[in-house]
Amino acid sequence: MISAWLFHRMQRPVMVAIAVLVALAVLVPVLHLALPQSSALHVPTYIVALTGKYLTYALLALALDLVWGFCGILSLGHGAFFSLGGYAMGMYLMRQIGSRGVYGDPILPDFMVFLNYQELPWFWYGFNHFWLAAIMIVLVPGLLAFIFGWFAFRSRVTGVYLSIITQALTYALMLAFFRNNMGFGGNNGLTDFKEILGFDIQSDATRSALFAASALALAGGLLISSAIVGSKFGKVLVAVRDSESRVRFLGYRVEHVKLFVFVVSACMAGIAGALYVPQVGIINPGEFAPANSIEVVIWTAVGGRGTLVGPIIGALLVNGTKSYFTAALPDLWLFVLGGLFIFVTVFMPKGIVGTLSDMRGNWFARKTAGGGEPVPDKTIQPAAAE
Amino acid sequence: MNGSQHESLLYLDGVSVSFDGFKALNNLSLVMEPGEMRAIIGPNGAGKTTMMDVVTGKTRPDEGDIYFKGDIDLTSHDEASIAELGIGRKFQKPTVFENHTVRGNLELALAGGHGVFDTLFYRRNEADETRIGEIVETIRLGARENELAANLSHGQKQWLEIGMLLAQEPQLLLVDEPAAGMTDAETEETARLLKEIARTRSVMVVEHDMTFVRDLDVKVTVLHEGSVLAEGSLDHVSSDPRVVEVYLGR
Repeated sequence: MISAWLFHRMQRPVMVAIAVLVALAVLVPVLHLALPQSSALHVPTYIVALTGKYLTYALLALALDLVWGFCGILSLGHGAFFSLGGYAMGMYLMRQIGSRGVYGDPILPDFMVFLNYQELPWFWYGFNHFWLAAIMIVLVPGLLAFIFGWFAFRSRVTGVYLSIITQALTYALMLAFFRNNMGFGGNNGLTDFKEILGFDIQSDATRSALFAASALALAGGLLISSAIVGSKFGKVLVAVRDSESRVRFLGYRVEHVKLFVFVVSACMAGIAGALYVPQVGIINPGEFAPANSIEVVIWTAVGGRGTLVGPIIGALLVNGTKSYFTAALPDLWLFVLGGLFIFVTVFMPKGIVGTLSDMRGNWFARKTAGGGEPVPDKTIQPAAAE
Repeated sequence: MNGSQHESLLYLDGVSVSFDGFKALNNLSLVMEPGEMRAIIGPNGAGKTTMMDVVTGKTRPDEGDIYFKGDIDLTSHDEASIAELGIGRKFQKPTVFENHTVRGNLELALAGGHGVFDTLFYRRNEADETRIGEIVETIRLGARENELAANLSHGQKQWLEIGMLLAQEPQLLLVDEPAAGMTDAETEETARLLKEIARTRSVMVVEHDMTFVRDLDVKVTVLHEGSVLAEGSLDHVSSDPRVVEVYLGR
């Protein structure tokens, strides 16, 4: 039943992308662990860590695309959900340090000892259990999205106004998490992790496993997103994006439609954040910075919003370029990023994937122009920027 | 007055709406019987669109009562639940979902199952497909059913929207200027379509085009400055000197 729902009406590019991700999840760990370093096919550690991180970014971009590309909700605060998932994972990892911290306290993380905490704050209880952390990774971002969306969508806040309050949301969280007495490590955040599920977090095997988990999480996110978009609900989403009031007059509760997709997206972003943190080894309030959330919008726009594969390609491409530029020409990076965004907005409003599939559609149309039926453009066009 | 309220399909009594002091509707009272087709005419700013807005829940009236099917108080419902109750609305500008096909548009408009999980786990079924097929034939878009609505002509979009209203299976249809921007042939076709619809349900048409209203051949209500100026057959109202003065005379 469920598998039938997940797979029916899946588009070819999505199928290919899922197959590639699953293959990578197997192949990269094998090439990393089984081959000697001298081998030409050996994947070095830094590549595994770097690409694993990119995959979590790609999941975040996919989550944003679900609300922005398909439902027209331009969230400029998706970094908040990503960071909350990351903090939940970070709290678990902190509790795993145990007495190996600098101060050697078996219960309290180092920063709490340093800040003279006498006992563990109540919201840290249970985070030594992975299962609880795993629930919180999804629950906390989902709950925040639910409460935020409940009020915002019911009061019919849309367009630029909604974007501004999502931005304010992530900014407010950043300021809150910077405070030492919030109990989340203040501006230093959570770091110095040792173990995850009993495995050394620095070891090659753990890194490979985290990479595989990120690739599979992205494949799973893609599967769920494609099922949502391919269902009748997906049609309603696009209809809301294109003509919200018309959907209301057909008898749909637009606020429920938006709330559902917003919460699903936030949960996906939370999972992305949770996989990000053990791979980079730190989570701090800087992750809540508004600029981070805006960067996610750029990845999505570059790849092609309103396509499922686009944001993934965008995230990988932009971050790959970023890694190159910040190493080779660090002063130029922000100019390149800004220029890229302007270029894509002006010349490729549908992003890379949207433009490519348009070209393919035209090619088909020309090929069949000699009397055959014109091929309808199957791509879903992005709405005008709001 | 109460007797007619219970037998009526739509019952507006003393409805007033003002925007920043401007009275868009001023003590408007209007009754529609079940199965009736009614044309609403009036000069710009007479309150025609605002009246549709208050009936469909887009605007809340400042005062007055609006009842549907005798005793359903529409002022306490929002757009989505009014649509579910059986009131469909066609906008002045054709608003179809351009990124969906003709069939996709109709599928979205089908009555029932509008909840998040209903739509998420919706499976195509024989009954719905047949219904969509029937509507596609009625609105004469059979040849283009799998094309994106964006590729339709203006007139075809209007018909698609009327088809979407049919799919909603409303008891009352509010139609705002269906003939605007249409060629004569399209206008004629639209009048035919609306008359066909009116055989099974009530229709309220707002229109500027007098030949179109004459084609419809139904009872006419003239609005002026937010209230009813005259009511009756087109010949009757057009011979009313007040109507001639505010509207037809110009």
